[in-house]
Amino acid sequence: MTTPVYPMTRATGCPFDPPPQLRELQEEAPLVQVDIFGRPAWLVTRYDDQRALLADPRLSSDVTTPGYPSPTGQPPRKDGVGIGFILMDDPEHARLRRMVTAPFMIKRIEAMRSGVQKIVDGLIDDLLAGPKPVDLVEAFALPVPSLVICQLLGVPYADHDFFQQNSKMLIKMTATPEERAAAHGNLASYLNDLVGEKLENPGNDLLSGLTERIRSGELTRQDAAGIGVLLLIAGHETTANMIALGTLALLEHPEQLAVLRETDDPKLVAGAVEELLRYLNITHNGRRRAVLEDIELHGQVIKAGDGVILPNDIANRDPSMFSDPDTLDVHRDARRHVAFGFGVHQCLGQPLARMELQVVYSTLYRRIPTLRRAVELDEIPFKHDGAVYGVYSLPVTW
Amino acid sequence: MKIIVDQDKCVASGQCVTAAADVFDQRDEDGIVVLLTDNPPEDLAADVHQAAAVCPALAIVVED
Repeated sequence: MTTPVYPMTRATGCPFDPPPQLRELQEEAPLVQVDIFGRPAWLVTRYDDQRALLADPRLSSDVTTPGYPSPTGQPPRKDGVGIGFILMDDPEHARLRRMVTAPFMIKRIEAMRSGVQKIVDGLIDDLLAGPKPVDLVEAFALPVPSLVICQLLGVPYADHDFFQQNSKMLIKMTATPEERAAAHGNLASYLNDLVGEKLENPGNDLLSGLTERIRSGELTRQDAAGIGVLLLIAGHETTANMIALGTLALLEHPEQLAVLRETDDPKLVAGAVEELLRYLNITHNGRRRAVLEDIELHGQVIKAGDGVILPNDIANRDPSMFSDPDTLDVHRDARRHVAFGFGVHQCLGQPLARMELQVVYSTLYRRIPTLRRAVELDEIPFKHDGAVYGVYSLPVTW
Repeated sequence: MKIIVDQDKCVASGQCVTAAADVFDQRDEDGIVVLLTDNPPEDLAADVHQAAAVCPALAIVVED
């Protein structure tokens, strides 16, 4: 048998489903040796094992650890200004992460809800008053989380074209190393300048909060800028993709969309958000780790120095965890999905993402009940080449 | 039912609060878990088990 090659491709006409080969491998074995850009790595195919390993301190998230599977085939690099603690291990990861956990607390995110509702209502007012068809990505899906994360971080929204374009390049898997480095450099120097401004004139925002840590000597300005880059990218790209791809998935499942359009039950809406996160898996590129100490799993030893890939798209479609996993069912209890990852690196911004999606999904289809695609499904450009999956554009009308 | 939380392990995801707001809270300075009661009424058992299951840092232990 030839070694399967990762990443795998989705089936034509099935834009919401993981690659069929992943499902075949999941059925065959819990642990499969794969080839990722010419190097061997272990693919972990099942939900339980993925959760256990993601919570296991014997696995490293540091890209420079020997064996770490490069997501692009290019050698790992640590830039002068990194992209924050996402690629670090504890204890340094925990030290830095705890500096920015407070603004994402449930009660503080809840306090933002009415403001997000106003943003969403305002953008829908503009949609309804504007021309149609319209690209939902540009006119709605990107602006909502961009406006919100700008406010939270203290980044001027007027710069949104700049940071959206550079973020898009940075997470494009087909970008050259030079293109990616340039995009990263642009964002890092932008955030570095902004942190400099906040040092002079602090406001009431997350970046200003970090300047206190710089003054106290707990954080370098470079690390503060790195955290800013991470939160700015993660704060808009991911949620924007969930809004657009989620809307498309609902348009393709009108009976599910009708449930959301007709309910005023916040619990049902919250459950639907979890189900769409489980079903869509916009982080479709496999979480990756390097092994620090030998680990035995299903009679197989994963050795120190090996690489491990843990794709959440297949874990969230594991039939031993979710019955009838390929069906989108907004009534399902999907809360134990791993769309945000698991372990100490699990998404920091998840309370914010959830709240934004709850507001969007409970508002957009009620206010535009006849919303529909303005092009055929096969004309929509999907982000097969993105580290974050979604659609590049979604022309809609009503 | 007895609940034990480990504040050193906690990564402040807040998922326990979403699952069982009568039992778990987050401290203001950094969002780390605070236990409101370590022996909640039985009718909250399902929510408490949900909280323990979704804690990404495995920082919640429930002893029935």
